[in-house]
Amino acid sequence: MTVPLTLLGLLEREPSHGYDLKRDYDTFFGRGKPLPYGQVYSTLSRLARDGKVVVGDVAPGAGPDRKRYVITDVGATEVEHWLTEPVEPEPHLQTLLFTKVVLALMLDRPAEEYLDTQRAAHLRRMRELTEIKRSGELVDVMLADHGLYHLEADLRWIETTGARLDALRKAVRP
Amino acid sequence: MSPMIEARDVTYAFGETPALRGASLAVGAGEVVAVMGPSGSGKSTLLHCLAGILRPDSGEVRFDGARIDTLGEADRSALRRDSFGFVFQFGQLVPELTAAENVALPLLLRGVRRTPALRAARGWFERLGLAGMEHRRSGELSGGQAQRVALARGLVAEPRVLFADEPTGALDSLTGEEVMTLLVDAAREKGTTVVLVTHEARIAAYADREVMVRDGRVNAPAGVAS
Repeated sequence: MTVPLTLLGLLEREPSHGYDLKRDYDTFFGRGKPLPYGQVYSTLSRLARDGKVVVGDVAPGAGPDRKRYVITDVGATEVEHWLTEPVEPEPHLQTLLFTKVVLALMLDRPAEEYLDTQRAAHLRRMRELTEIKRSGELVDVMLADHGLYHLEADLRWIETTGARLDALRKAVRP
Repeated sequence: MSPMIEARDVTYAFGETPALRGASLAVGAGEVVAVMGPSGSGKSTLLHCLAGILRPDSGEVRFDGARIDTLGEADRSALRRDSFGFVFQFGQLVPELTAAENVALPLLLRGVRRTPALRAARGWFERLGLAGMEHRRSGELSGGQAQRVALARGLVAEPRVLFADEPTGALDSLTGEEVMTLLVDAAREKGTTVVLVTHEARIAAYADREVMVRDGRVNAPAGVAS
């Protein structure tokens, strides 16, 4: 689910060829797991079918593919919605949160506000788990503890990332 | 309904260094609010302004609708003694006094006679799992026990607002959570308003809601939670 939205986000930055999209995805989000070309083009086809991108003018690109993809209003609305909505607070969200933060900075969107929204969603979930601890059996308490510690780790990452946004902005918007 | 305790556009500077730059926060009666933020964000300064310990450079602080930032030191001192309770992170107990005398201190300062004050103080020990420790001095208590004694002292006089600044900061996580459970249970039972400063999310999760202080401002809009 993240790959189509990430490619859409990269297209909102500027219309791009499939080759450029793959290169940027691998640079910023791939982290040693490059996106196969097949997946790039099948994803772009689906996005075109769903009206989220259109094929623009054919221009020379860095790779063999000469189609340039342009995001539509429908696609841009979907990116906006995805970035603005907090992620469901579950443990191990770092990859998804990381992707959202980096994309938000690339698109010059308010990454701080997204982090604040996410922090509030995490704390809401932590309050629910704390209430379970206050009223539950010991087994419930232990399970709630497990969730709380993982959410707390996410929150620490959110805090540290918040403190590093200026440096991160420079790194992704050269 | 007006908030129980409220800061409106409060500024405060330590010399040339601004700590609060227009902080606003309203806490409703019986509400437990966690004030979070990174080190140096101004969260403790905000608590000290709300509690009448510091006088803001500008802005207003109101308790139960009435301004307290305009009061002189003697009146603010009386207010802290009569209406507020405090729990801090470190060094709160008077080492020369027994645990029970420490708990009774706010009542004694209010003019309650020694016997009824100590009786009221002892009533807290069983509830806090400290039965039999009434005569110990602070050096004979563990960190968690000492903090529970400090909590009892903060609540013994049934304050309308309890100010807690990192009350679990010096405790291990399990002991800290026990102290928070006791604090929140006692506050809810009496309808005490609580302003809790913490940088720990797990501790903030005991509150009804949280606000973030960043660069001397509160990020959540001022208002009483419904």
